[in-house]
Amino acid sequence: MAGFILKRLLQAIFVVLAVTLIVAFAIRLSGDPAIMMLGGGGNVTEQDLQNIRQALGLERPFYVQYLSFLQGILTGDFGRSFMGGTPVSLLISRALPATLLLAFASLIVSIILSVPLGIYAAVHRGRWPDQLIRILSLVGLSFPNFWLAIMLVLLFSIVLGLLPPSGMEGPESFIMPALTMAIILTATNVRLVRTSMLETLSQQYIMVARSKGLRDRVVLYKHALRNSAIPLVTYIGLQFGGLIGGIVIIERVFNWPGMGTLAFDAISNRDYPVLQGTITVLALFIILINLLVDIAYGLIDPRIRTE
Amino acid sequence: MATAQAVSSSRSWFKSLELVLGLLFAGGIALVVLLSPVLFPDGGEGMDLMARLTPPFQSWGHILGTDPLGRDVLARVAVGGKISLMVGFLSVLGAVTIGTLVGLVAGYYRGIAEMLLMRFADIQLALPFILVAIMFLAILGAGIDKVILVMIATQWVQYARLVRGSVLAMREREFILSARAIGVGNGRIIFTHILPNVLGPIIILMTLQVANNILLESSLTFLGLGVDPLIPSWGGMLADGRTYLQTAWWVSVFPGLAIMFTVLGLNLLGDWLRDLLDPTGQTSK
Repeated sequence: MAGFILKRLLQAIFVVLAVTLIVAFAIRLSGDPAIMMLGGGGNVTEQDLQNIRQALGLERPFYVQYLSFLQGILTGDFGRSFMGGTPVSLLISRALPATLLLAFASLIVSIILSVPLGIYAAVHRGRWPDQLIRILSLVGLSFPNFWLAIMLVLLFSIVLGLLPPSGMEGPESFIMPALTMAIILTATNVRLVRTSMLETLSQQYIMVARSKGLRDRVVLYKHALRNSAIPLVTYIGLQFGGLIGGIVIIERVFNWPGMGTLAFDAISNRDYPVLQGTITVLALFIILINLLVDIAYGLIDPRIRTE
Repeated sequence: MATAQAVSSSRSWFKSLELVLGLLFAGGIALVVLLSPVLFPDGGEGMDLMARLTPPFQSWGHILGTDPLGRDVLARVAVGGKISLMVGFLSVLGAVTIGTLVGLVAGYYRGIAEMLLMRFADIQLALPFILVAIMFLAILGAGIDKVILVMIATQWVQYARLVRGSVLAMREREFILSARAIGVGNGRIIFTHILPNVLGPIIILMTLQVANNILLESSLTFLGLGVDPLIPSWGGMLADGRTYLQTAWWVSVFPGLAIMFTVLGLNLLGDWLRDLLDPTGQTSK
């Protein structure tokens, strides 16, 4: 087991290094931050630019800059925003909870919706409830999430006037963004629950449980669902990256003050330290979740470790 | 419980429905988009100022209504589809070419190529496409060519992984061993014996990826990182329409429906193909 964890840990460290390298490289492509900080004003002298480059440490070779970027990550220091000099870590510490709140809320809602639907589809395999659920989930995977968000705004804010179209004013502001992501996630998760239940239901111990005369409900919820839960948690954990990516877009529609909004404000201000910090933190978070899910899976199911 | 036969007959009925609807949706929209230069010679740019903000289904000249500049929504949806379809196909074509070559080499020769590929796959799993795309497009600047490049750069890995898996399963099979025994060269084995046998899963993944990339392109354009806002495109129309959702809902509804039917059609076709070409489910998510 220790070997398994060590192996996964090394893999994760490698991915962290690669991802941060990609981010650092991308930011380097943006050109000279010194010129960006001072803008295209006429009074900027070469000396001013030199001073800023010196202050930012841009004269050092790329690998030294990369190492100091890594060191910054370890100490939670992502530099300062070009706009007003606020520490990037402070901006992130305000935005990250809003994004995670959306992520976990929509995940929970989607599990509440997709588990019963997926079981229902699996039990009625091949018959019309199964086909209907399959079609609905295909439809749910076929539109862009931001369009669903716009349609929900149209329905709930403009036609019905029930919910605020954007911002983070009260609990009501939370409903539409979370619902949007929950619907999109449910479309995928229903299929996962269905497949995983079908697999479990075909196992011999289910047949044994049935032949003992246990009631269908007991077999389904006690024997089948519990055994399907392990692969499900893994699949859902692996989707975390996609979920974060979706939320980043949705935040834009609802003006939700999370990491997505922070990143897009940074883009329009050409505020690259903020962009770099946001992307890095999100990526690290996704890697961490995937690692935890992997290790948990290995702990619960010993067959995985030898893979 | 339904009998196995009833299940399979309802299933095959459903499979045909999938094919018919898939062709109808994706094919129908593709047809309108391809014919748009003939159907709408003004390229969706013509402004009918007397008919600004016409609601849909009220005038024969503007079946789907007009936007605040008096431009015909139907014409713009038809013309805008060109961008989506182009990005969808070109990105997949690029990614599948690179991915298949890498996958064949990694699966057949294994060694360092395989090791590198699997590490690339780890990275790709950890970084959601949209984050990578946002970062690179924010820095390099928006543009359709860059959108396609970012898609190719991030998505070839999926094809490579898929092909590698198929090749691994294939390389110890007897017909490959016998080909090698009679002295057929490696290149010939790869391209004439292995490649044709891994085409099925590749085609399925391509179909689903075209759909997926149409969604991604619309998202990026909506965010202002994709196609130039002056060129009609589905994502661009949605970004525009959102600002006057209150007065003209139809400007936001119809491009979204166009995306949905295109992607749904492709997804249905992908599902249908999967049952046809990949009964063991290598490509299922």
